[in-house]
Amino acid sequence: MIRLIVKRLLIGVLVMWGAASVIFLIVRVAPGDPASIMLGPDADSEQIADLTARLGLDKPMYVQYLSYLGDVVRLDFGDSYRLGTAAMPTVLERLSATAELMLASTAIAVIVGLTLGLLAGARPGSITDRVVSAISIALQSFPTFWVGIMLILIFAQALRILPSAGAGSPLHLILPAVTLALPFTAVVARLTRTNVAETMREAYIQTARSKGLSERQVLLGHALRNSLIPVVTVVGLHMGGLMGGAVVVENVFAWPGTGSLIVDAVSNRDYGLVQAATFLIAGIVMVFNLVTDLVYSQLDPRIRLDGAS
Amino acid sequence: MTTRMPSHAGRTEAARQVTRQPSLLEVSGLVVDLPGPSGGPEIVRVVDGVSFDVPAATTVGLIGESGSGKTMTANALIGLLPDGAETGGELRWRGADLLTATPARRRALRGHEIAMIFQDPLAALNPTQTIARQVGEILRRSGRPRDEVRRRVIELLDRAGVPDPATRADSYPHEFSGGLRQRAVIAMALAGSPALLLADEPTTALDVTVQSRILRLLRSLQDDDGLAMVLVSHDLRVVAHVAQQTVVMYAGRVAERGPTNEVLHRPAHPYTRALVQSVPAVRTRTAIASPLPGTPATPANRPSGCAFHPRCPLARERCKVEQPLIREIAAGQWTACHYAEELQGVRHDPA
Repeated sequence: MIRLIVKRLLIGVLVMWGAASVIFLIVRVAPGDPASIMLGPDADSEQIADLTARLGLDKPMYVQYLSYLGDVVRLDFGDSYRLGTAAMPTVLERLSATAELMLASTAIAVIVGLTLGLLAGARPGSITDRVVSAISIALQSFPTFWVGIMLILIFAQALRILPSAGAGSPLHLILPAVTLALPFTAVVARLTRTNVAETMREAYIQTARSKGLSERQVLLGHALRNSLIPVVTVVGLHMGGLMGGAVVVENVFAWPGTGSLIVDAVSNRDYGLVQAATFLIAGIVMVFNLVTDLVYSQLDPRIRLDGAS
Repeated sequence: MTTRMPSHAGRTEAARQVTRQPSLLEVSGLVVDLPGPSGGPEIVRVVDGVSFDVPAATTVGLIGESGSGKTMTANALIGLLPDGAETGGELRWRGADLLTATPARRRALRGHEIAMIFQDPLAALNPTQTIARQVGEILRRSGRPRDEVRRRVIELLDRAGVPDPATRADSYPHEFSGGLRQRAVIAMALAGSPALLLADEPTTALDVTVQSRILRLLRSLQDDDGLAMVLVSHDLRVVAHVAQQTVVMYAGRVAERGPTNEVLHRPAHPYTRALVQSVPAVRTRTAIASPLPGTPATPANRPSGCAFHPRCPLARERCKVEQPLIREIAAGQWTACHYAEELQGVRHDPA
């Protein structure tokens, strides 16, 4: 177990280095000169050259890269030129709102998705199964921003029971969390359904029935945990992906998280902020993947053994 | 079927006494219909009018090729048929019909009165639960206290021949060898103290050396613990080793049934004779088994009249049109062949 963790952490360092390098490249490759954008259309060429030198953008690319890597190791991504604050602390400050949104979405997706998937998978081909499958496909097909706007139109505009934007109360959390959760819920439901249906065909399910267990006992006592193993992986991986969805949702609902911060930063070429936020997201995704692996190995004793050997 | 006493050396006097009592399980005219493949409208009668008795503390061997309906018969006995299956006939457990019983009543019997062990012990065990948890499940669910369940689980594993049961109980199935897994499955089946054990090809997935040990264990469950058994197998040698009564099935029907000794030594059905002849004799160098000619008939594709007629050396016109009814040809020996007398006469011929 400890060997597995150490191994995964070492790989994680490599991944983070790769992520940092990709971030560096993308920011440089993106069109538009940062200094002229920062200074606005009225700046003259002298001012632009001055700022370029202050930002270190006149040095050769590899020098920029090496000094950037040195900063990354110290988690120093410079200042946000627009806000005038240190980049990483600024991002971290906004992270709690995003985390709140992600946790709420994951909770919705897991609880609703598992329940629907279990009901559908217990009786493949039944009406419940078909309804759940149809809803899942629909939810996965709608784009997040469209769902968000539709929910605003229905619950904020027409019914006037929920706030459409901002944060501050649990009520504010409902619409963005649901919007972010819907496609995730569909994924969990479909996957749970498939796995439960498959597990219910296993010979050990017949064994459990031959012990005189009721269908409910068989489902909860034998099929559920074994069908959950692949679901855990997907939930873990998808939670990382939620960070991406959060960027869109936070903008639709003006949710004050890292997602909306990133969008602002990108459109303003705020290098420091973009790099800090992207690096942080990469780190969070990596941690989720690590935790997923560990939970997986706890659920499946066959894998636990492999990790130890 | 209770009239004739099989002559197995290991049978105890106590077991003999029990055998004289009325049968535990009486199967009469059992029919199982399954929806056709790919959910089509055609229905396949996979078990067609099967009858036999299972007296207490007796092993009944159910033998036949794949597609003969032997596994479906066993599944029907414990009431675990695939979705959409329809049953007919009678299945009397201690005198009460099971086919008309409520699902709750049938479930109450499962594990506690009728238990089942399966062909592939690895597949039959839940990979994510310890052996102890699975063996003790039926006890735990009936509300026994924890430490009592634990004690009983170790006893059961010990009875099934798992070495060092107190330590091995906490292993997972993948940490057991094939033979040990089947012992664990047997311990699990014994947990509810059943009176009848259904064993579906219990040794087929095991190494040959392990097979005989498992068979010996099954024999001792019957001889020492008075368990009745229905042993499903395609292997005549397994049935000959363990069963006092043998039911030979072909294409979902009973071809012949009776005391194992009679059935194997004086077959009253050409199919049984062909089965016996297809078993290679190990000790003689010359013996090359004569395989059964033709392909086995399946319930979905059952020939008219006697289902065996296309492969039968004795077949004549009558066999193609008239399905032979099962009849008693000798004490306790029943056959579904029009010309059984002829067959047994041939066997007695000095040539």
